Amino acid sequence: MKHAHIPGVLMALAASVAMIGCGKKEEPKAAAPAPAPAAAPAPAPKPEVVVKIGHVAPLTGPIAHLGKDNENGARLAVDDANAKKLEIDGKIVKFELLGEDDQADPKTGTVVAQKLVDAKVAGVVGHLNSGTTIPASAIYNQAGLPQISPSATNPKYTQQGFNTTFRVMANDIQQGSVVGTYAVKDMGAKKVAIIDDRTAYGQGLADEVEKAAKAAGATIVAREFTTDKATDFKAILTKIKAKNPDVIFLGGMDAVGGPMLKQIKELGIKAKFTTGDGGCSPELIKLAGAASEGVICTQAGLPVDKLPNGQKFVEDFTKKYGQIQIYSPYSYDAVMVLVDAMKRANSVDPVKYLPEVGKTAYDGVTGKIEFDDKGDIKNGAITVFVIQDGKLVTLKSEGGTAAAAPEAKK
Amino acid sequence: MAGAIPSVWPCPPSSFGFPDQSPVFGQQLHESDTLVRPKRFVAESLTMDTLLQQLVNGLTLGAVYALVALGYTMVYGIIGLINFAHGEVVMIGTMVAFTVIVSLAGSGMPPLLILTIGLLIAVVACMVLGWGLERVAYRPLRHAPRLTPLITAIGMSIVLQNVAMIIWGRNYITFPPMIDKRIYEVGGASFTNVQVAIVVLAALVMIGLTYLVQRTRMGMAMRATAQNQHVALLMGVDIDRVIAMAFIIGSALGALAGCMVGSYYEIAHYQMGFMLGLKAFTAAVLGGIGNMAGAMAGGLLLGIIEALGAGYIGDLTGNFLGSHYQDIFAFMVLIIVLMFRPSGLFGERTGDRA
Repeated sequence: MKHAHIPGVLMALAASVAMIGCGKKEEPKAAAPAPAPAAAPAPAPKPEVVVKIGHVAPLTGPIAHLGKDNENGARLAVDDANAKKLEIDGKIVKFELLGEDDQADPKTGTVVAQKLVDAKVAGVVGHLNSGTTIPASAIYNQAGLPQISPSATNPKYTQQGFNTTFRVMANDIQQGSVVGTYAVKDMGAKKVAIIDDRTAYGQGLADEVEKAAKAAGATIVAREFTTDKATDFKAILTKIKAKNPDVIFLGGMDAVGGPMLKQIKELGIKAKFTTGDGGCSPELIKLAGAASEGVICTQAGLPVDKLPNGQKFVEDFTKKYGQIQIYSPYSYDAVMVLVDAMKRANSVDPVKYLPEVGKTAYDGVTGKIEFDDKGDIKNGAITVFVIQDGKLVTLKSEGGTAAAAPEAKK
Repeated sequence: MAGAIPSVWPCPPSSFGFPDQSPVFGQQLHESDTLVRPKRFVAESLTMDTLLQQLVNGLTLGAVYALVALGYTMVYGIIGLINFAHGEVVMIGTMVAFTVIVSLAGSGMPPLLILTIGLLIAVVACMVLGWGLERVAYRPLRHAPRLTPLITAIGMSIVLQNVAMIIWGRNYITFPPMIDKRIYEVGGASFTNVQVAIVVLAALVMIGLTYLVQRTRMGMAMRATAQNQHVALLMGVDIDRVIAMAFIIGSALGALAGCMVGSYYEIAHYQMGFMLGLKAFTAAVLGGIGNMAGAMAGGLLLGIIEALGAGYIGDLTGNFLGSHYQDIFAFMVLIIVLMFRPSGLFGERTGDRA
């Protein structure tokens, strides 16, 4: 079951297993203050300690709106955590969010990662894109910093053998299998055309969809490519039109999906359009307008209105920042998981609280968060949406510990 | 294909014991197979309507490239400068048109009028911008070594991009669709009224420009300056004015192209000018930079090559190269053309310049 990588990893795993063993005894003690963290402040003024948490997402470029969404989620979490006046190791903790912009560019991603390490952050929430998260994770790992991504769904992120990588939503193996199977089983697709934007996310997800659609009995009639900055897709769409597919899947972001949908309509292509979480946003509806009607898309996680503890989050977030795009509830939870681990370890030192992150059992706004031995969330849910009357409407949600485990072995 | 052939055989290929070689036997044994193969290939991707559709896609793209390429080639033809900021002029044109259209959208004017006003203001704004660029960035360097104004041009390009980012923000802007898009279908190829407008407008502008350069006094002065600045000066041509004019006209064409791109894709972004400029520059070189007919032909050709490249490269290489190689395909054609005709397709005249 466990992945054997390099001896170092094995040791780290062994160490964490050992720690789970002895941590069990302490847990009740450490977890006890968790439900009632806002214990009455002591009469004497306690010393304050500032803890910096890094957050990275693209704040410029085509998907800046998604980056801002993630950052606002993290910001709300930091504000909420500060309002509780947490006490760790005898000091009142004041959390501070250091927001960085990686421009969705892997090179910039590693530069800002180093910047955060140098700024001595205690942990990192991010990055947004898989393509930036994966190279940056090596830098955080070297520095021993826990990193929780609220939106990087590429499976490779947690398969590198790092003990510092975590994610709070399902990965693309699960997502690809849901959307690929849905296209064939529920939408009745026999011929599927797949386009991806050649990023780690788009390509990774498209590969998984291809596998799942094939496994469900469909043929892949076209596999076309574009870039995450392109606006003209007519040539590849014309080619796809000639193959007459029932369903087109795009592995890419909403900034690509928007204009693509319009061009699909202009070319008179009848195929239904599906995409993954990168295109499953209100922004897609804005960019594509009426052409977005009937689009089927998935998000890794439950729909906002079905989040177990989401009501208050949705209210707070919309009041402060406006519409939720996709992953702000997850970046909120990612921050809270870090805070929770610090509380249980009674330390803000990454060396001390990192082992606690792996043992997380936190009830977040997105649901129960527990990590497997790689840092992937256990029982991550995938939700299928349809765009109707300019709104994302939930079709169904699938949680899948049982389904995910054997697939993740690959 | 290899899987399909054995099924028509009288005996299964496994009976040969050499399944790898069986397709070869198959071709030798059954003539009909060789006939079936190309037919199937044609049926999938080389049908007439697909080809026609790709040509329509390429023509629209090419018309835009051609207009932008004219801006490069006019300036190059006259002062031998590659104005790398031209792509940004196009982008500013799109953005200005966008701002005007959005601010007029609620005024109750007919959409076509709003679009025309937006277009006109964008054209005027870009003319001023082109004139200003020449005045500020290039005129002081006219007698400097050739590399100096080239670097200035790249600098201006970066400056304009950042100014646009400050003014219009970093996100994609949805260009308001002012014309109700109507989709026509002819011979299996579908196209919209916007595409028709783009191609017709581009053709009209190119005819007008040819008339201007070939038949008017200003055009004559331009041609004279292009041939020899010093002699033109001696003949009483105000070459400062002619050069400024080349920038102004080129920028006006750029603004027009920008509005076309905006209403075609209904999307605008502060970095959109960079790749568009690069492609148009390629088109100008392909046609023979400095030659106006060359820029038009080069633009159309490049648009069509791109569309066909993306559409057929996968089939032609047995999916070894996919559609993500479409840009490489376009640039490869450029290299091949330049290998055999170093001055471009129509570029005979530029040989004696420089």
